[in-house]
Amino acid sequence: MAGLELLSDEGYRVDGRRAGELRKVRARMGVFAQADGSAYIEQGNTKVLAVVYGPHEMRGSRSKALHDRALVNCQYSMATFSTGERKRRPHGDRKSSEMTLHLKQTFEAAILTQLYPRSQIDIYVQVLQADGGNYCASVNAATLATIDAGIPMRDYVCASSAGFIEDTPLADLNYVEEAAGGPQVALALLPKSDQIALLEMNSRLHEDHLDQVIEAAIKACKDIYTVLDQVVREHVHEVTTLLGE
Amino acid sequence: MLTSRTFLKRTRAGSVMKVVREHYLREDIACGAAACERCGEGEQPCEPRLEAQPSGAASSLCPAPHYLLPDTNVLLHQIDILEDPVITNVIVLQTVLQEVRKRSAPVYKRIRDVIAKPEKHFYSFTNEHHRQTYIEQEQGETSNDRNDRAIRMAVKWYDEHLKKLNNEETIQVILLTNDRSNKEKAVEEGLTAYTCEEYIKSLIANPDLVDRLASVSDEGKDIESGRIIFSEHLPLSKLQQGIKSGVYLQGTFRANRENYLEATVWVHGDAEENKEIIIQGLKNLNRAVHEDIVAVELLAKDEWVAPSSVVLQDEGQNEDDDENEEEKENILKSSINKNMLRPSGRVVGIIKRNWRPFCGMLSKSHIKEARRHLFTPADRRIPRIRIETRQASTLEGQRIIVAIDGWPRNSRYPNGHFVKNLGTAGDKETETEVLLLEHDVPHQPFSQAVLNFLPKMPWSITEEDMKVREDLRYLCVCSVDPPGCTDIDDALHCRELENGNLEAGVHIADVSHFIRPGNALDQESAKRGTTVYLCEKRIDMVPELLSSNLCSLRSNVDRLAFSCIWEMNHNAEILKTRFTKSVINSKASLTYAEAQMRIDSASMKDNITTSLRGLNKLAKLLKKRRIDNGALTLSSPEVRFHIDSETHDPIDLQTKELKETNSMVEEFMLLANISVAKKIHEEFSEHALLRKHPAPPPSNYDILVKAARSKNLEIKTDSAKALADTLDKAESPDFPYLNTLLRILATRCMMQAVYFCSGMDNDFHHYGLASPIYTHFTSPIRRYADIIVHRLLAVAIGADGTYPELTDKHKLADLCKNLNYRHKMAQYAQRASVAFHTQLFFKNKGVVNEEAYILFVRKNAIVVLIPKYGLEGTVFFEEKDKPKPKLSYNDEVPSLTVEKTTFYVFDKVKVNIVLDASNIQHQKIRMGLLEPKILESGVPNQTTELSTNNEPAKKKTKK
Repeated sequence: MAGLELLSDEGYRVDGRRAGELRKVRARMGVFAQADGSAYIEQGNTKVLAVVYGPHEMRGSRSKALHDRALVNCQYSMATFSTGERKRRPHGDRKSSEMTLHLKQTFEAAILTQLYPRSQIDIYVQVLQADGGNYCASVNAATLATIDAGIPMRDYVCASSAGFIEDTPLADLNYVEEAAGGPQVALALLPKSDQIALLEMNSRLHEDHLDQVIEAAIKACKDIYTVLDQVVREHVHEVTTLLGE
Repeated sequence: MLTSRTFLKRTRAGSVMKVVREHYLREDIACGAAACERCGEGEQPCEPRLEAQPSGAASSLCPAPHYLLPDTNVLLHQIDILEDPVITNVIVLQTVLQEVRKRSAPVYKRIRDVIAKPEKHFYSFTNEHHRQTYIEQEQGETSNDRNDRAIRMAVKWYDEHLKKLNNEETIQVILLTNDRSNKEKAVEEGLTAYTCEEYIKSLIANPDLVDRLASVSDEGKDIESGRIIFSEHLPLSKLQQGIKSGVYLQGTFRANRENYLEATVWVHGDAEENKEIIIQGLKNLNRAVHEDIVAVELLAKDEWVAPSSVVLQDEGQNEDDDENEEEKENILKSSINKNMLRPSGRVVGIIKRNWRPFCGMLSKSHIKEARRHLFTPADRRIPRIRIETRQASTLEGQRIIVAIDGWPRNSRYPNGHFVKNLGTAGDKETETEVLLLEHDVPHQPFSQAVLNFLPKMPWSITEEDMKVREDLRYLCVCSVDPPGCTDIDDALHCRELENGNLEAGVHIADVSHFIRPGNALDQESAKRGTTVYLCEKRIDMVPELLSSNLCSLRSNVDRLAFSCIWEMNHNAEILKTRFTKSVINSKASLTYAEAQMRIDSASMKDNITTSLRGLNKLAKLLKKRRIDNGALTLSSPEVRFHIDSETHDPIDLQTKELKETNSMVEEFMLLANISVAKKIHEEFSEHALLRKHPAPPPSNYDILVKAARSKNLEIKTDSAKALADTLDKAESPDFPYLNTLLRILATRCMMQAVYFCSGMDNDFHHYGLASPIYTHFTSPIRRYADIIVHRLLAVAIGADGTYPELTDKHKLADLCKNLNYRHKMAQYAQRASVAFHTQLFFKNKGVVNEEAYILFVRKNAIVVLIPKYGLEGTVFFEEKDKPKPKLSYNDEVPSLTVEKTTFYVFDKVKVNIVLDASNIQHQKIRMGLLEPKILESGVPNQTTELSTNNEPAKKKTKK
């Protein structure tokens, strides 16, 4: 029995996309009124909700406060119903604490934290449905939520994954492609300055191929940026027209 | 457009899971027709593959221009037809491709190859991702029905799509399907559909294609002969259940070469008992073919049988002779010895067929004008195959290739179809082709894609090459090879250094400079794995330009080399080893004999000769040290043919003789290989390509020890060293050939040496050479393993860059697997070629009487070796249609007593040799015993009888 053909000779992936194409992205900002900022994003079947509070005073132990910049506090979680098999996911399991750490690093690089010394910014992300690229969707959702909260950032942070199958870099992997076990790169980019906020890779990839894969991921991030930017502009437009009345 | 597919799936753990997958449907998929202007303008323009004016074969059914669109079953079964150059302009749907991929990997590979050929104009249309041709599975519809509907949908779309073209004549799309209901539905929907047979028969200019149609059992044919011979195969799901619960056993089916009614199944897994199951009788064999993976049910203990020693060949022409079969089966059972009973079973189902196209010959039906004939494969383990052909009279006496299509329950033989005619049987070229095909040796000429990667001629060493290489052209390098060798891959030098030490160097052709990783040339060489040397033909691993010119280290030209240079003292102890890419200029290419002459002649004092003498001196020391370490010197008789320059028939044979210089070259090659092995393993502990030779299990030596004991000699086999020492001592003053015979026997006890990846194994020992580590470095022109080793070494010394596959141990392990397989097959092909030439030789000689030694004693025969020809043969004491002589076999000694004469191993006998051409497909050398005479036995009679038959042949060769 032959396994699944992830990339056909004609150049189509299992779900009908070509190598460089993204999944369909749909996003909304300001989904919750009580939080300072919130956003919901769908990248294909991956659905993520992000909520931002702050900047506000330090909660909990004040000793954690940083005197020269704001503390970015992240929390990543997956809903019990987010995967094919229902599974209880306690907070603070290894996978989500790692993801939490990655998100924190990413947003510390993007948010102008020095503007808010001794304060705290909370970013809560929950994956409602997981179908590959959870980290990337989380970053994109959190970016929108942060913008919704009006927190100044250097730039959007856009993230996308890329894989490498049959000598071709694939952008924005879905679950099936991820599960195949090939190399996978997750990249968070500040698109205007081409600065990389976070780069993570698992599985083995020869260094000769690394450039191509990163190239593909950067291209995908920029595509995401176009979409996110449009979402923000539409949202702003909507809000201003409401205000204008 | 976006749809999502939702389906339920059972997970491995047994629970049910819901899987949701996205599916993007596109509008930018081109139809592939050249005349279509609307398609192919998308972002990814792809060249149209289907011709605007399809110029396929003219068909009487459909005179208009048309494209073909086969369904899955047509593609699976009629791939031989589709591969024919006549069939062009075919649309292959993704649905079809995916189904084929699931059902048969070889066919999938073949159709992919066909699609890749531009002149065939095959286009694969991705209909499952196309918005208008994608359909969803309906409630209650099986996936087969859905796929059929998807195929019809695609045909419909093509029809409408092509109508919109502004051509004068619209191009039709013809659905080829053998499924009756599918065809009916297609016609209902207004599509053009034919069965494959109808279409092929309608081709006006190509009647011969009909023969190659695979016979697929239609419902109609099943009724023809209602008698069911075999029990039904169980479906796969049931088999898997049974295997899991232990009711059935899964194993590889191996048919018996001598007896077509018997087979063994090697059970997979590591279960201790029931490892090997015997299957006897046609009904129990239940249509399994050699190499199939089958499921077997064990029979009750009282039904167990013993392996029979009877030779049975399937000779029946008529298929309704079941009574006969039963009789034969009874013969098998009658000769049962209670102790010999083995686990027996019957085949209940086939898990995987391993059918390939088979070489063989047609046995023409007795009925004139008959269309159905039986085909007898060259491999005796394969059953005869029924094929349908109209050209039986032209195919008679020809070697042909036939593929099996299926084996219905009511048929004694499998059904197949004719694929290709190779040529007249017995013809040297045809037979060579057959043995190459049967041993799976890739021997087609190199494709243009491969040749494109060759360096452009005239080629010369560039400045850049010189910059990164050491210039060793001043050294007095020479090569020593067998006469007539054109692919010289090694050269040597030796000189005295100023400090009094000696410098010895081995220079190997730098093939990896020309074959860059990953390109078509590299892939082709990796696939071939090794150069195959047949008696008068060489199947190159790399194109000739490289093997015989640019890489060959010929004399007096500058060549690129990879050098391994040692500094040694006069005791041949290595003080320093270094490796470098270099440029050399060989001063002489000598044969072994020439080199020997130079060393021996006192008058010669030139540079080359002193260099050779130095090498020879060192080699002797090296050899002595190696043997002291316990390296084995084994021998196997090797034969060389003298070939007539005009007829290319062998006129004489000669056993290869070994000179001191042979061992000199060998010694330095071993040293280079060992030095390189150490270096690459040091650098790449996880992915060095090495070669190991496992120690044989002690029981392997039984025959050797027993045979030696019969001559009052003792052979110790507890270590390689002990074996080497006792072999050296085993001599008998009145029997000088004994030692060689013992060494030949010892060779038979050995295991195969294999390539492996150092990260996947932890036993590196090379038993035969008594070296802790070994690899192959010295023959990159003829072995692919050496190319990889060259690349590894180049990376290790920083002379070349690495690449991804080189450091992937799984890829390396796969490569080793292929190389081991190719080497084994090359060896078999070589032996088969020698056997064939020996036959040719004796065909011209008539009957020859020769002295021989007994090598093995068997239950009903002795195996003898004729030193003069290096020929081994079996002398049987039982003859068909003759009274059986009284045989008694003693396993302990071992000895065989025929009537009153007793045979022991190593006895000297006299035999006559004759070519038995009674079976044209399996010509063989037959040996009969002359001395000692066996009284009351039929053997002498038989030999005289045969010699009269061959009298005319004898006269011809007299000179």
